[in-house]
Amino acid sequence: MARLARLALDEDEVGRYALQLSAILEHVDAVRRLDTADVPPTAHPFPVENVLRSDTERPSLDREAVLAQAPVAENDRFRVPRIMGEAP
Amino acid sequence: MTASPAPELGSLAGIAASVRAGERSARAVLAVSLDRVRELEGDLHCFNEVTVEAAEADADAVDRLVRSGLDPGPLAGVPVALKDNLCTVGIPTTCSSKILAGWLPPYDATVVSRLRDAGAVAIGKTNLDEFAMGSSTENSAFGPTRNPWDLGRVPGGSSGGSAAAVAAGMVPLAFGSDTGGSIRQPAALCGIVGVKPTYGVVSRYGLIAFASSLDQIGPFAITVADAALGLEVIAGHDPMDSTSLDRPAPSLLATLDEGVSGLRVGIVADFLSEGSECGDAVVAAAEALAVAGAKVDQVRIPDLLLGLPAYYVIAPAEASSNLSRYDGVRYGLRVDGPDTETMNARTRGEGFGAEVKRRIMMGTYALSAGYYDAYYGQAQKARTLVIRAFEAAYRDFDVLLTPTTPSVAFPFGSKVDDPIEMYMCDLCSIPSSLAGHPAASVPFALSPEGLPIGVQVLAPALGEAVMMRVAASLEAAAPREARGPVSP
Repeated sequence: MARLARLALDEDEVGRYALQLSAILEHVDAVRRLDTADVPPTAHPFPVENVLRSDTERPSLDREAVLAQAPVAENDRFRVPRIMGEAP
Repeated sequence: MTASPAPELGSLAGIAASVRAGERSARAVLAVSLDRVRELEGDLHCFNEVTVEAAEADADAVDRLVRSGLDPGPLAGVPVALKDNLCTVGIPTTCSSKILAGWLPPYDATVVSRLRDAGAVAIGKTNLDEFAMGSSTENSAFGPTRNPWDLGRVPGGSSGGSAAAVAAGMVPLAFGSDTGGSIRQPAALCGIVGVKPTYGVVSRYGLIAFASSLDQIGPFAITVADAALGLEVIAGHDPMDSTSLDRPAPSLLATLDEGVSGLRVGIVADFLSEGSECGDAVVAAAEALAVAGAKVDQVRIPDLLLGLPAYYVIAPAEASSNLSRYDGVRYGLRVDGPDTETMNARTRGEGFGAEVKRRIMMGTYALSAGYYDAYYGQAQKARTLVIRAFEAAYRDFDVLLTPTTPSVAFPFGSKVDDPIEMYMCDLCSIPSSLAGHPAASVPFALSPEGLPIGVQVLAPALGEAVMMRVAASLEAAAPREARGPVSP
C-alpha cells in the first residue's frame, strides 16, 4: 500500500501501520458485510450537473508567483529528478 | 478546572455598529483582540501565525472607509481568525503540515475575500490537525492547541485552534472546516457555537481539500446570532466552486427569534448511551424546547450508525486522491532522490505525519483493484442508506437533536495511540456530513468537572434557518456558565 501511495516508510512504521490498518479494516467491516443488493451508491450529497462557463479569455495565476513556490524551478518550468530510465 | 469567565468583546453587530458609526476605530478593536492573543497564546497555541501587520493594514483600511463616509460592511472592524487550511495571499498556509510549511498561496479563498469585503479584519491562521484529519489538534506538525477550559485537555479538532481562540476571547468570530465534525466537535469541547452549513452553501474555493464530497466551511462564535451573521456573510453562490449551490445566502438573523412553538423535534435515541452526561444534556435540551412550545419525541434511526464506518472508508479514499498532489514538484517540501518516484516517496514519507499517512494508505487500499467494490463501493451504498434514514425521519420531524460528541474534552495523549478510539469522537457528527445536511453545536451544560457539553441540532438540506432558530432557543435555556469566553 505504501508503495502504491508513494510513501517511503521505515521498518517501525510498516509494523505499526500494519497493525493499525488491520484494526481499522475490522472496524469498517460492518460496511463490507452490508446487504446492499438494491441500494444505489452515493458519490455526492446532491445531484450535480456539469458546470460550464463561457469560453472567454481571462488572466490565470501569475507564472512567476507560482514558480516562486516550487522547490526547484528552471527556465520557467518545474525541475524534477530524472523520470524512468533516461540518461542523466 | 481553573477556567473563569472572561470579558466579552461584545456582539459582532455591536462591534460593527460602533465602528460604522465612528465611535470606535477598527484599530482600537483590533488592539483589544491582539492584547488578548499576547496574553494567552503562550498557554494555548491557537495560531500558526498571527499576522499583526496585515491586520493593522486591514483595520486602517476599514477606518479610512468610515472617515470617507463609506460603509465597510456588516462585519466592520470585527477581528476574525482563519483555520490554516484557508488560502491567504502572501500569508503562509500550512494545513499544520511539514509538507506545506512556509507555502505562500497565490490566491485568496472565496471565504477570505468575502470576509474582507464585509469589513472583517483577519488576525491570523489557526492551528489544526494536519490536513484537518483528527479530533484533538494533537496531529498538528507544529504542536497541539490547548483547551482554555482546562489546559491539560484537548480543544477538539480538527479546527481546534479556531475554537480555542473564540473560547478564550481572542476573537469574537473564527472560521473552520468540517468534514466529519471538525467544526462541531471542537465547538462542543470549547463551550461555543459551531455551524456546519449544508454542503454547497459556502464556496470551497481556496479551502485545501481533504474529502471533497464532505468538506464545508463554517463559523465559530460565542452566540448563535454571531454564528448566524458569520455564516450569512460567507455563504452564497460562487462560480469558482462547481459544487457551490446556485442560490443566494440564507437569511438567518431575520427569523432567529421566532421561537420553536409547534416545531417537531426528534431526539435520536440511538446516540443516547446510558448514564452519559452528553446524552443527559440532550434530554434536558429537549425538555427546554418542549417548555418553549415544541413537540418533542424520541426516534430510533439505527441506520445512522452506519455513518461512522462508511465515513472512515469514504473520507480516506477521497483524501488519498486529493493528497496525491503533494509530490515535491510544484510547491511545498521536497526531499531529493535519484529519480522522481523516489523523490515523491521520500517527500511524502517525511512531509506527512502519522495520521495523514494512515488515512492515505487506508484510502489507497479502499480504492485499489480487487477491494474497490468491497470497501469504497459498499461505503457509497451505506451513504445512501444514511441519507434514506434521514429522509424517513424528516417526514415526522423538523429537526433532530443528538449529543455533539460522546464525551467532554479529553486529556492529551489519551486517544492518540488508538485511531479507532479517536474516530469514535465523530460518531454523532458524521451522519449529517454524509447526507450533506446542516448541523450546529450549541453549548448547553457543564459536566460535573466543569467542562462544557454541546447539543447538536440537525436539519434537512437547506434547513439552516429553522436549525438556527432551535439553536437560539437552546441558547436561551442554557446556563450562562456553560459557554465561553473563559480565561484559563
